[in-house]
Amino acid sequence: METLKIKHTAKSRLAGKKDQAIIGVVASGNLEVLLERVLPDTRCEVDIATTAEGFDDTWKAVVADFVERRSPGGLRISINDGGARPDTVYLRLMQGAALMEAE
Amino acid sequence: MDTNQHGVPATAWRKEKDARGERLEAGGKFARGKMVKPGDATALLEAIIRPGDRLCMEGDNQKQADFLAGALAQADPKTVHDLHIVQSGIVLPEHLDLFEKGIATKLDYSYSGTQGGAVARALNSGKVQLGAIHTYIELFARYFVDLTPHVALTVARAADREGNLYMGPNTEDSPAVVEATAFKQGIVVAQVNEVVDKLPRVDVPGDRIDFVVQSPKPFYVEPLFTRDPAQVTETMILTAMMAIKGIYAEYGVKRLNHGIGFNTAAIELLLPTYADKLGLKGSICTHWALNPHPTLIPAIESGWVEQIHSFGSEVGMDEYMRARPDIYFNGRDGSMGSNRMYCQVAGLYATDLFIGSTLQIDLQGNSSTITQDRIAGFGGAPNMGCDAHGRRHPSDPWLKAGREASDGHPALVRGRKLVVQIIETFSEKMVPTFVEKLDSLNLAEKLKLELAPVMIYGDDVTHIVSEDGIANLLLCRTAEEREQAIRGIAGFTEVGRGRDRKMVERLRERKVIRRPEDLGINPLDVHRSMLAAQSVKDLMRWSGNLYDPPAKFRNW
Repeated sequence: METLKIKHTAKSRLAGKKDQAIIGVVASGNLEVLLERVLPDTRCEVDIATTAEGFDDTWKAVVADFVERRSPGGLRISINDGGARPDTVYLRLMQGAALMEAE
Repeated sequence: MDTNQHGVPATAWRKEKDARGERLEAGGKFARGKMVKPGDATALLEAIIRPGDRLCMEGDNQKQADFLAGALAQADPKTVHDLHIVQSGIVLPEHLDLFEKGIATKLDYSYSGTQGGAVARALNSGKVQLGAIHTYIELFARYFVDLTPHVALTVARAADREGNLYMGPNTEDSPAVVEATAFKQGIVVAQVNEVVDKLPRVDVPGDRIDFVVQSPKPFYVEPLFTRDPAQVTETMILTAMMAIKGIYAEYGVKRLNHGIGFNTAAIELLLPTYADKLGLKGSICTHWALNPHPTLIPAIESGWVEQIHSFGSEVGMDEYMRARPDIYFNGRDGSMGSNRMYCQVAGLYATDLFIGSTLQIDLQGNSSTITQDRIAGFGGAPNMGCDAHGRRHPSDPWLKAGREASDGHPALVRGRKLVVQIIETFSEKMVPTFVEKLDSLNLAEKLKLELAPVMIYGDDVTHIVSEDGIANLLLCRTAEEREQAIRGIAGFTEVGRGRDRKMVERLRERKVIRRPEDLGINPLDVHRSMLAAQSVKDLMRWSGNLYDPPAKFRNW
């Protein structure tokens, strides 16, 4: 198991009022994402625990792209990864942001 | 002596006919009428085949003349040798045995599927002299020009005593193969499952068939077009939604062909659900050149589809097709009739869109399914996936694509076929689909092939769809824009991370690149519950239990 913490400054607070959301499952090739609205409006932190080692650069690229495209300000995101491909990770992050935006 | 005005004797014009007479006489020793016992099949083939003959053993990606292929592989290489194999598929181990034993030395073909690794090894060892890897109709075309078979081994469900053949839904390549061989004085041998007094219908007339062998076992058919909905992933669902919304709806694509991958199966399974919610029923996906894909059953049952013509059949679909004569092309006997030659021509000239997946795609959009150690061949994809320059009839999608490509020169707008590659940026084992250089180029260098095997050339590709976005290559005006459009949807692969971010954003503003959010796709809709069927059993239920899936797909 490898852990990784990535911190970003987002352009703005993610819309919506939900305090917390969870999506996905912990399974091989899949991941569970917990999103909590607990940080200041322009902060975003992502904590990753993964079974696949040696993909730090890919994680950083995925998270940076997500922050740029969705601006998830205010969120602490915890990822429990079972070796998912980057496209699956990205989709889960987008789904998580959509859940947090729901009224 | 009877001669023409130039002194050429009349016998000089019928050498082939005389040779045919000699072969028939030699083979006749093993026949009663046209019927040959299975135990005599090898002796028959040794009698009718001459060294150096061009020979076609029927078999493509579906049905196989497997019994006759096995019988030929038993032949004595001292009698039968140096054959030139000219056939659609190298798919059975017996096909390669011929080369191992020296029975055959030269090869012109289209498709190898599961034998792709063995074909690569045989090429490497020098046991196979390769002519070319063709598309199906390209090889059929050569049967009528410079690769006419001397002997063809065909395969049918049933024969009568005159040698008339019933192939049912699996007509496939047979009419083209048999006609080319028979009308050029070749010999045609048919392997059949049964001999009957009266056939349901005649697919190949008996006067083209010289010998009939009843096989001890029914011929093998590969269920190549069955995709289990249980294996459709959310990434595939996302790309399928993007294709539906960003291409099918955008261009109003009614006439089309789908490849065999899971990505296009996902599109088929989203028509009665997602596409229905978008109000697209009737305005897309009505007319198809397509094998009988089980995953299209829910769309058919929901009234999306008007008609389907097929290259071949699919295991388990017979009764369903028989019960849906308005949809399929069914004979007077009620069973479906396929024809690979006709359907490939239909796909070339009468469809507005081809969409398929691939293993590798480069920065110019060239694609290949060939990797370092596997030569899977082409089948029909390069033909479906190309712009037919002989096309002269307009249609809305074709004209819209042409206008996008031409920078709007209203005096002369030529249409374009939509050729779409739908892929995931990484394949299962984190192997990137986007590459700087195709493996097939390396393989071509290694094997000294004159022509590197490219599945679809970049200049024919109009759109690439990945989970990261749609790249519309029609709208690219420079080679640099094209490369960045491709990098811009290559996700987190090395190619994708090597993008020029500013240029990619400009391309996005011009809608050359469109991301899922640009298309208004809600990520929460990307869920397996969106599929009209989630299992093979669901497909059975949709069909009213008319679809009878093969054993290997019955996992309940």
